[in-house]
Amino acid sequence: MTPGTNAPVSQPPAPQPPIGMLAELTHRCPLQCPYCSNPVELTRKRDELDTETWQRVFAEAAELGVLQVHLSGGEPAARPDLEALIAGCVDSGLYSNLITAGVNISRTRLEALADAGLDHVQLSIQGATAEVNDRIANLPGAFDKKRAFARDVTDVGLPLTLNSVIHRHNLHQIPDLVELALELGARRLEIAHAQYYGWALANRGALMPPREQVMEALALVEAARERLKGKLVIDAVVPDYYARLPKPCMNGWGRQSLNVTPNGRVLPCHAAETIPGLEFWNVREHALGEIWRDNPAFNAYRGTDWMPDACQSCDRREIDWGGCRCQALALTGDAAQMDPVCEFSPYHEEVQTLAIRDARKDDDFAYRRFARQNA
Amino acid sequence: MTDAQTDGYVDPEVGGVPPLAETDVVKIPRGVRLREDKARGGWVLLAPERVFQLDPVAREVLSRLDGERDISAIVDDLAATFAAPRERILVDVRAMLVDLLTKNVLEVV
Repeated sequence: MTPGTNAPVSQPPAPQPPIGMLAELTHRCPLQCPYCSNPVELTRKRDELDTETWQRVFAEAAELGVLQVHLSGGEPAARPDLEALIAGCVDSGLYSNLITAGVNISRTRLEALADAGLDHVQLSIQGATAEVNDRIANLPGAFDKKRAFARDVTDVGLPLTLNSVIHRHNLHQIPDLVELALELGARRLEIAHAQYYGWALANRGALMPPREQVMEALALVEAARERLKGKLVIDAVVPDYYARLPKPCMNGWGRQSLNVTPNGRVLPCHAAETIPGLEFWNVREHALGEIWRDNPAFNAYRGTDWMPDACQSCDRREIDWGGCRCQALALTGDAAQMDPVCEFSPYHEEVQTLAIRDARKDDDFAYRRFARQNA
Repeated sequence: MTDAQTDGYVDPEVGGVPPLAETDVVKIPRGVRLREDKARGGWVLLAPERVFQLDPVAREVLSRLDGERDISAIVDDLAATFAAPRERILVDVRAMLVDLLTKNVLEVV
C-alpha cells in the first residue's frame, strides 16, 4: 500500500479472527522423541520470550478473537513462570490447555498450576509399555513418571487427554493405549499418526509403518471409538502418505490458528519456517493482530487465490484448503503445489511408493537434541 | 448445535450414554466453559481441543445447567420463559444433552 493514498481496490478483505493459538514456550525438553514437531534447529533458553511479553501476547490474542491457548514446547513446565503465564491466560479470558510430557511436574507444582486456573491437561505418551515408551522418548523411567502424573491430574480434578504419536514402533499397541487411557481416567485420547515434518521427516525411514498395518490400525481406532462413545472421546490424526485426499492442514493457512515460537516469531503452523521466501514477523516488534492481518507470510497461502488451477476448480477447495503447504514443499520442492498426497497430484504415486519404500527400512532413530555448540 | 434429530424419537441409548431421566441433573464439568465470543458474535462452549458454536436456544439451555436444577425444572423454566409447549422443549433439550454427553463435554451429576 502506498502511504497517503486510499486503500487500493484490490485490498484483500480482513481475515476471520483466529480461534486457537499454540504458544511454544520453550524448546527445552527432557524427552528426545524422534518425531518432535519442533524445528530441527531449536531455539535456546537465552532467546526465549520473557514473562511480560507472553502475557502481552495472550492479552492481544484474546483481543483478536482467540478462544483457546495451547501451552506447549518443548516441555512448557521447563519454564519456572508457567503459573504466571497461566494466570495471564485466565486474566484475558482464554481457555488454557497444557501440553506436557508429564515427567517433571510434581504434585505440588501441578496443584499450583490448577490453582492458577489451568483448564485442561494433555499428556503425551510414547507407548503403552515402559519398554516402548522409554525407548522412543530416550528417557529411562519416563513411563512410570507419566502414569503417576496422570493420576495426579485426575486426582486434582483436572480433565485429562492422552496424546500418542503413532508410527511403526508402537502401531501394534493401539488397543493397549485405549486401555491405558481408560485406566488412567482420561476423557480423551488422541491417536495421532506421525506427520512427516522436521524431526519426523529426518526419521521417516525409522518411523513409517507399512500400509496394511496402518489400515488395520484405522479400523481398530474406529471400532474403539464406537464402543466407547460417551466414555472416552477418541480423535485420530490419519497417516496421510497412504491417503487419497489431503488433510485440511490447520483448516487452511492463516484461517483459524497461529503458532508463536519460543523466541516470538508468529507462524501459521509448526513447519512454516521451512518454506523459503517467507518472512515471519515477531511479537517483539509487532502486535499480534497486525501480524495476523498484514504479515505477507500469512497472506501468502490464505484463502483459495494462491491455489493451482486444479485445486481452484475442485469442489473440495474449501474443505481441504489445498492440503499442506509444508508437505508440498518437502515432497515436490514447491510450496504452492497441490498437496502431493492428493490423488489428482502428478506426484501422488511417487508419495505412495516412497512410503512403502521407507516402511521397509530399518533406520535408527535420530533423537531430537540441541545441536552441539562451540561457545 | 441444532441437529436433525429434534423432531422424532431420540434413542437415549445411542452411543452408550445412559438414558436421561427428567430427574437427572446435568452439569458443565471442569475443563468445559460457556462464554461469549465477542470477536465472532454469539456464545461458545469451550472444551478440550474443541469449540462448539452455540445457537441462541443451545445457549439458553446450557446457561441453565447450574449443577442444581434437574432437567424437569430446566424444561419448566424454558417453557415458561418462551411460552412454548413443554413436551416439545423436553424432546429438544434431551436430544441436545444426549449429544453433548456422547461427546463427553457434559456430565450427569
